[in-house]
Amino acid sequence: MSLLLPNTAVLLGKELRTEFRSRELLTTTIVFILIVIVLFSFTFDPTSDESRRFAPGLLWLAFLFASSLMLQPCFLREQRNDTLSALRLSVSDPFGIFLAKVAANAIFLLLTELLLLPLFALMYNVPVGAVLHWLVLVFFLASLGISIAGTALSAISAQARMRELLLPLLMLPLLTPILVVSTEVSRALFDRAPYVKWKGIGFLAVFDVVFLTALWLFGEYLLEE
Amino acid sequence: MTPPAFSPVGLLFEKIDKRYGGLLALRGVSLAIAPGECAVLAGRNGSGKTTLLRVAARLVRPSAGSLRFSNPSRGDEESAVRPGFVAHATMVYDELTAEENLLLFARLQAVAQPEHRVEALLEEVGLADRRRSLVGTFSRGMRQRVAIARALLHEPAVLLLDEPATGLDPQGVTWLAEAIRRLRDSGRTILMSLHGESEISSLGTRAIRLDAGSVVADTRTGGTFRSILTFADA
Repeated sequence: MSLLLPNTAVLLGKELRTEFRSRELLTTTIVFILIVIVLFSFTFDPTSDESRRFAPGLLWLAFLFASSLMLQPCFLREQRNDTLSALRLSVSDPFGIFLAKVAANAIFLLLTELLLLPLFALMYNVPVGAVLHWLVLVFFLASLGISIAGTALSAISAQARMRELLLPLLMLPLLTPILVVSTEVSRALFDRAPYVKWKGIGFLAVFDVVFLTALWLFGEYLLEE
Repeated sequence: MTPPAFSPVGLLFEKIDKRYGGLLALRGVSLAIAPGECAVLAGRNGSGKTTLLRVAARLVRPSAGSLRFSNPSRGDEESAVRPGFVAHATMVYDELTAEENLLLFARLQAVAQPEHRVEALLEEVGLADRRRSLVGTFSRGMRQRVAIARALLHEPAVLLLDEPATGLDPQGVTWLAEAIRRLRDSGRTILMSLHGESEISSLGTRAIRLDAGSVVADTRTGGTFRSILTFADA
């Protein structure tokens, strides 16, 4: 247990270094969300009042689909040279492997969301400046939840035969509560008279804690051959 | 190689079974590998060599039976023994340099003075001048050197090598044989799987043949040693 945090820090450093060197995940995810935002802006009238109602749902759907793209290679990358075995042989607690991947995925997702938020606000005529700090909190809690559940499912699907198809099939239904709640909380924040839906924020926090605890308890079994 | 910082450790497999769905990969394997022994596992593809090595590395949990590490000088020390493992795959990251890879695994294993240890190992495996090159740009032989350096980072008392010469050219095999000889002579317990006779198999002090997940032959010296290895290729 004493080496869990140092191991996690070392592994997080590795995850960040390899991604910022290749930029594969970030580029793919940003481009995907960009395409969705731009395409939908052509099909609806972004200046209408309606956009305040549908835009949050569109935004979170785009984030959710993009996250399934981002999380897919999370454990597949470790299979190419069997580096997952090397990690399992090296760490004192396998939870450290998950913790580092969850943190890295949450950082990448949050970064993507924050980068694309100004464009979204501009194209859909949604003012975000006054509620930015609340939006960042929702983005953080939702991204963490998506990363925790998605990383666990990525470990499961990486060992399956239909691995490319399996992750979205497992992930999207499981993350429906996050999609619904994040959309509702965001819609309240995009309102003409913005307000904070505390119940929704509380739900996202509880979701994160419950799934992280489950990962801590059962994560080791997900890595076994 | 560096002077040993370990005490000899043996391995004891007791009635190990490993089942993957309907396939029984190991059937009641019982073996005692003495401390300091250099044992060669031979057998056809699918005979259970890799599974047995992965059980020994604690990467695969046996379906039945048990694995124990023994240290005659200090009694059993199961949890303290962390074998060094070299597999078919290199088990290192192509996207990182040789130095970054070794530093990563050294830090994960809490190796003392990781920079010094990595520097010494890169010298030992002859990659000091390529330390800052990405492993993805290396030849198979160079990658195998990094893989061996990774396995030796924590000075393991037990080394598990799964067909370590796969993909190596004759020069690479000669280098590997010399490296394994030095490791054997330093007192490490070595269990390695091989295909047929080679410079590397001649380093073995014991040959064990597996067939369909069971031990079918086991000898330490004499003509049988050779026949076990060559029959594996038949």
